[in-house]
Amino acid sequence: MSMAQQAEPAVTTPPAPGPKETDGRTAQRSLTLRLLARPEVGVFLGAVAVFVFFLIAAPSVRSGSSMATVLYQSSTIGIMALPVALLMIGGEFDLSAGVAVITSALTASMISYQLTMNVWVGVIVALIVSLAVGAFNGWMMVRTGLPSFLVTLGTFLILQGVNLAVTKLITGNVATDDISTMDGFDQAKKVFASSFDVGGVQVKITIVWWLVFAAIATWVLLRTKYGNWIFAVGGNQDSARAVGVPVTFTKITLFMMVGFGAWFIGMHQLFSFNTVQSGEGVGQELIYIAAAVIGGCLLTGGYGSAIGPVFGAFMFGMVNQGIVYAGWNPDWFKAFLGVMLLGATLINLWVRRAATRR
Amino acid sequence: MTTNGSGPAGAILPDAPPKDGTAPIVELRGAGKAYGNIRALHGVSLAVHPGQVTCVLGDNGAGKSTLIKIISGLHQHTEGEFLVDGAPVRFSTPREALDKGIATVYQDLATVPLMPVWRNFFLGSEMTKGPWPIQRLDIDRMKKTADQELRNMGIVLDDLDQPIGTLSGGQRQSVAIARAVYFGARVLILDEPTAALGVKQSGVVLKYIAAARDRGLGVIFITHNPHHAYMVGDHFSVLRLGTMELSAARSEVSLEELTNHMAGGAELAALKHELAQVRGVDVDELPEAEDLKAPAAATPEGTS
Repeated sequence: MSMAQQAEPAVTTPPAPGPKETDGRTAQRSLTLRLLARPEVGVFLGAVAVFVFFLIAAPSVRSGSSMATVLYQSSTIGIMALPVALLMIGGEFDLSAGVAVITSALTASMISYQLTMNVWVGVIVALIVSLAVGAFNGWMMVRTGLPSFLVTLGTFLILQGVNLAVTKLITGNVATDDISTMDGFDQAKKVFASSFDVGGVQVKITIVWWLVFAAIATWVLLRTKYGNWIFAVGGNQDSARAVGVPVTFTKITLFMMVGFGAWFIGMHQLFSFNTVQSGEGVGQELIYIAAAVIGGCLLTGGYGSAIGPVFGAFMFGMVNQGIVYAGWNPDWFKAFLGVMLLGATLINLWVRRAATRR
Repeated sequence: MTTNGSGPAGAILPDAPPKDGTAPIVELRGAGKAYGNIRALHGVSLAVHPGQVTCVLGDNGAGKSTLIKIISGLHQHTEGEFLVDGAPVRFSTPREALDKGIATVYQDLATVPLMPVWRNFFLGSEMTKGPWPIQRLDIDRMKKTADQELRNMGIVLDDLDQPIGTLSGGQRQSVAIARAVYFGARVLILDEPTAALGVKQSGVVLKYIAAARDRGLGVIFITHNPHHAYMVGDHFSVLRLGTMELSAARSEVSLEELTNHMAGGAELAALKHELAQVRGVDVDELPEAEDLKAPAAATPEGTS
């Protein structure tokens, strides 16, 4: 291998190969800087700040049951924020994620009720529909080459219309019928919407699911081939394709994962409230995207983590409930969120610049 | 000199037989590509032998990019033949070309800037351990292998975890070349690897090209710098307006002739006469049209 360089040593003077040799031009970056370069550090500090702020401002937050409520609120955003974040690292958006949740819940509810079947049939059909919506988004985007913003904006409008129109057509109402007496309801409720007791505090099962999904997402992102591909297709799609990464497969499956998340949250809503309001879900997609961005995911793709959005979603839940516990007007929630989003993005930007500078 | 290797633009040129008698790994016979009614490439013949550097030179728009896109599987040829190991092929994805041992290092899209060096090194061909569904990346082995392979090519990096975007252009190209060599490439296509680099960095890349050649790889070196080409090249093909203007072995062509062909040959001679009318431009050193033996000026087609 080194024949050529020994034959013509005058061309350049690279150090001879050796196990101990170092380039010597880069100093080891300090531990602090290397820690700050992690995408989730900024949002972690932000989450701690918001948490401490409400601990002081709203004394009632300090009880275990309040924390359980905060975490529950966070989990319903967080479960969706995870696949949305993975999709964002893969370089795409899904604006249909909010209404897709309702589409899934409506499907399960109406299939079970109208056909008088076990609710699990509805749940399975809803899963297929949700995955199909995700696959459609991904396939349309890959085939047409249109930006995902446009494709999913289209899906968003279609689903919003279909949700309302089909529900009215079938039930004659804007909401679905109560399915709490159907076969299998109790069983499904256990999976999607039950709570259990921890030291006298009722903890919702979605919190457990949220953390399990976050752990799986982190492992997939950092430790598997597929995770490598997600970073690659988001970071530089053409390079990824040129070195043999299956770009189309990666993008379509990412959209299908958002479909899976929408199905899960849809089932949670259905089995918590027994009925579904067909007009809901609009605007939720932006909350998911905001949680992912606050969580340190780069809007343009190629950078981010799965842990970051967990803290991002926690910040949302904390602010949402914290305002209530502090006794303030809940109308301030959105304004607070906006400030938080801008603040978090600026901190992320600053941290990334400071940490990657050499 | 070049008379046996050059013909009228548009004609199919016979490629010089290999010096050592080995069969070409990749061969194009009168290959061409049309995008709708635009003929980007026509009648190009090229043979890549193991342990040789085949240089493809040409000005912007000469068809160099189209040529490598055909060989690397991004586009398909629309005329002529494309053979790998003597068998006709038609790749529909870059993956198929990679599986045949044809690796391409692109000028600007060789890497994913925000990803660490070692992840870039193994991107698309990751090492894994464990059975599905807990199949996971073998990170330790990948880092160790990447470090070893880079050192074998004479590239020493302190931190393989740094984003590859923080490396210099020459280092990035070198990492991409080392990657291609490691993954068993038999043919290495380099798309203007020195175009955006400084003098010293270009030297680094040329050295790795020589290193890859000495390992027995066939190298296709695309460039518009005849000096760089002449340093490492065994065979030279000059493209002009999508057709082959010159195809000659190193022994048949001098650097000066190569430069003249590359510079547009006869066109440059015409330019000389125009420049001669501008005061202050010294044209005595520029070649006359008759000094150039390629009859490219007599092209019956093409532009004016």
